[in-house]
Amino acid sequence: MFGVLASMVDGVLVGAVYGLAAIGLTLIWGVMDIINLTHGAMVALGMFGLYLLFGHLGLPPYAALFPVAAGGFVLGVVVYWIAVHRVINRPPLMSLLATFAVNMVVIGIGTAVWSTSPYNVAFAVPGITWHGFTFTGAHILAAVVAVLIAAALYLFMRHTRLGKAIRAVASNRQAAELMGIPSHQVLAIAFGLGIGLAAVAGGLIATLFPFTVLSGDDYQLKSFVVTVLGGLGNPAGALLGGVLLGLIEGGVTPFIAVSWTPVIEFALFVVILIAFPQGLFGRRTAR
Amino acid sequence: MRHAMFWLIVATTAVFALLPAIGGDVGLRESLFLAAIAIILASNLNLMIGYTGYVNFGNIVFFGLGGYFGVWLSAVKGWPLLAAVPAAGVAVSAVALLFGLGILRLRGAYFALATIGINEAVQALVSNLDVWGGSTGIYLSLASYQSLGGARQALWIVYFLVVAVMAASLFLSWRIRNSKFGLGLFAIREDEDAAAVLGVRPATYKAAIYSISGFLPAAAGALFFFKNGVIQPDQAFDLTLSTEAIVMLMLGGQGSVVGAALGAFLYEQFRGYLLTSPMFSDFHLVVAGLLLLLIVLFVPGGLMGWLTQRWPWMRGKLQ
Amino acid sequence: MRTSRKVFAAAILASAILTSGTTSMAAASDTVTIGFTVSETGPLNVDSLAQLHGFELWRDQVNAAGGLKVGNAKYKIKFVTYDDQSKSERVQQLYSRLILQDNADFLFSPYSSNLTATAAIISEQYGKVMLTTGAAEDKTYELGNHGLFQMYTPATHYLSSAMAVIKQKDPKAKVAVAYSDDGFSKAVAGAAKEEAKRLGEPVVLDEAYAPGTTDFGPIINKMISAKADAMVGGGHYADGATLARQMYDQKAPMKFICLLVAPDSPQFASLGDAAVGVAVPSQWEPSAAYKPDFGPDGAAFGKAFKDKFGNEASYHAAGGYAAGLILQHAIEKAGSIDSAKVIQALDATDVSIFYGRVKFATDAQHHGLQIGHEMVLAQWQKKGGQLTKEVVWPAAAQTAPLLYPLH
Repeated sequence: MFGVLASMVDGVLVGAVYGLAAIGLTLIWGVMDIINLTHGAMVALGMFGLYLLFGHLGLPPYAALFPVAAGGFVLGVVVYWIAVHRVINRPPLMSLLATFAVNMVVIGIGTAVWSTSPYNVAFAVPGITWHGFTFTGAHILAAVVAVLIAAALYLFMRHTRLGKAIRAVASNRQAAELMGIPSHQVLAIAFGLGIGLAAVAGGLIATLFPFTVLSGDDYQLKSFVVTVLGGLGNPAGALLGGVLLGLIEGGVTPFIAVSWTPVIEFALFVVILIAFPQGLFGRRTAR
Repeated sequence: MRHAMFWLIVATTAVFALLPAIGGDVGLRESLFLAAIAIILASNLNLMIGYTGYVNFGNIVFFGLGGYFGVWLSAVKGWPLLAAVPAAGVAVSAVALLFGLGILRLRGAYFALATIGINEAVQALVSNLDVWGGSTGIYLSLASYQSLGGARQALWIVYFLVVAVMAASLFLSWRIRNSKFGLGLFAIREDEDAAAVLGVRPATYKAAIYSISGFLPAAAGALFFFKNGVIQPDQAFDLTLSTEAIVMLMLGGQGSVVGAALGAFLYEQFRGYLLTSPMFSDFHLVVAGLLLLLIVLFVPGGLMGWLTQRWPWMRGKLQ
Repeated sequence: MRTSRKVFAAAILASAILTSGTTSMAAASDTVTIGFTVSETGPLNVDSLAQLHGFELWRDQVNAAGGLKVGNAKYKIKFVTYDDQSKSERVQQLYSRLILQDNADFLFSPYSSNLTATAAIISEQYGKVMLTTGAAEDKTYELGNHGLFQMYTPATHYLSSAMAVIKQKDPKAKVAVAYSDDGFSKAVAGAAKEEAKRLGEPVVLDEAYAPGTTDFGPIINKMISAKADAMVGGGHYADGATLARQMYDQKAPMKFICLLVAPDSPQFASLGDAAVGVAVPSQWEPSAAYKPDFGPDGAAFGKAFKDKFGNEASYHAAGGYAAGLILQHAIEKAGSIDSAKVIQALDATDVSIFYGRVKFATDAQHHGLQIGHEMVLAQWQKKGGQLTKEVVWPAAAQTAPLLYPLH
């Protein structure tokens, strides 16, 4: 019994981080209707960013998240102008491929630099032990940080000029332009924001588990699942979706063999996509 | 017009079949074998992406499932290869029809995501299926090749069968393109709602083409993994192969029969070259990625789109 | 526009050349070419590259000493290698190329059992010798091959020493078996479960996880719920390292932990305290003192390796070097580089080298299976603040007493 509860708590903690990773994906999706296939690569870059800042410059891991986020933002804006800007009004295949191409380049360079060996950010935060089950400090802190970032994003989108501009461009780009909002600048910023979030999520994940240059792919797939659970293009839903996914993983594993978890996860993904294309918590109508 | 295309397919097939056979050149055969597999995958993917406008990102699921059905039937159940290969095709087409009825209600990027989900779900499921060896997969013993006259001869036979499947893929692409069915697909690609108004039944058409586009890749998968000697879930349902097939299609030009084939051929040779050249072997992914990005940004019609823009007469002859 | 047309023509021409199959160049007569693929990229690369370093050390030492002695002639050794990306897709193409275009006289296998089985379909057709390292599954040698020779102790024996340790220390210990859902690990875990049954050790958890798993939290909670005392399993480097770290972070109260492959790598020390006490079945340890019939002893090999590459030799590296030595021995015994004669010499091989005893099965059902070599059990221990890997089992090869229980 305690085991099941412990697993579910663990699931919620990790789920919050899944949620944070997915927010980056769903933000870009919601604002510019693009499925960003560089997402996984950017998560991986975030992991390595944190690894280098912590391992070589000796920054405390949570402080290192700031430069990781900033670097992700800048990289995102650059990628937007190089690869995304030209395909934004073209059929979905084109933006899928343009972002996939960037993904190949980033992973290719990453593989050449770091090979595909695993890296480990060796630090530990004291955890909480409860009936023999330990929740590590890193997990708890990661979940807290994820929720804080999500809240900050929410406030930013609601209460700042830039946030409002992003939402205006998301809901109707032409109308926004007529109102004098420079839509391409705003889109570039939104893309940068999405990548920055992916990078931060990567950095947080690096504090939890060892990783390789290819680890981002797993989180990209999970982000898809989370996004679909939470509603496409819906950042608040993404956090809930992440927690829900974590809860499912944690709640299901005590009762079945772990190797069945992905079967359930992806089957659920397809079924929800078909049955609730707006997501479980989504009201927003995505095309 | 028909003749030009027909003879082109015949000539391509003849070159593939004869060139390595004449000199008994196994190195060339291995290279063309992968090229033929690539052409099969890209041509059949073209039916979905190029003709119907539906991006099947998880297309490799057909290839992998076909491989499993084929290897299981031939190695475990003792079927002759010539029966196992079409059976794999039929089985996968039936499965595809089932999937299709569900996910083809989705459009655009949603459909693309669902196909990825299906591929992942099937891989996870097969990893748990004990009949198919679970995660260990199925190994073929050398004795499995005896009925075809030993491994050496068996590999040649498999090669010729793959070339035949390739010819069938090209032929199928060409015939569908020039059929009423094909026109219906194009109508769906341009505007699905308008097509429905015009009397095309999108649901039926889409389910049919999704199922058809699984048949030949499944046969190719059965042949590939029979030759490979081992089939395991992670290699059978490798999502990168899926995306590579899309890259090939983009390179050659989606919607075009020749484009799909040419793109597949060139991409495959290019990858093989990058991988074995000492200068690029570390950077093959980077080079391939840059190439794709340049095509998407500047030549979205691919090679065929570019050619027909230069020389419009080719449009009629080679589409 | 004119230039772009030229570029296009050039592209077509180039692709024509690429496919036309370069005609084979005859190797210079005084070299022996050994071909193989390496997983330079992809999930297998840590182990595969270590193995490559072992091959390279052997090659350089032989060449520095004048070359392979065949009859009265001396041959220099040349390697031709390609990256197989840890995938089987191109393995047959590359091995065909190695045999036909690069004129490889002998082959080493790719890393891992399934890539090896795929490559063997090609190598067997040409009657080539292929020494395998890192293809530990027994299955690979039951497919009817003639030229495959396994350097590793087969998968079914990997955990037998771990199970024996548990039996000796605490016969009632509850065992959790959690392993990567891939062929090799599954074969190892399957044999371990049988062994546990034979020894009367209760198995309280039996879990396979997906090879790419990064979060082992749920599995570890299950181990704790099941009140397991000992944990055996794992798979390859990435998952094993993660599992070890998370068991430490989550304070899983295990008395004994034995993981496959991962803890053998010197890199495992990067886990810090999480590495302490983790045991690994090892094909070879630097401190294991076998009396070699020929070649260097363990200390000499370890030193030469460290001088050249700057890190400790893992057993994958030792396996690579040993494969070279055994091939060299067989070629020199055969007095020829003719594959059939070398196969005969390998069949007759029963020698001791720094790596231990090497002898191959010669019956038709298991031809080439390694039956001479035995594994040791190594454990990470902390000595004066330094992490070191000590041999703890069997008693005869012991360099330090076993740390038990861990908690």
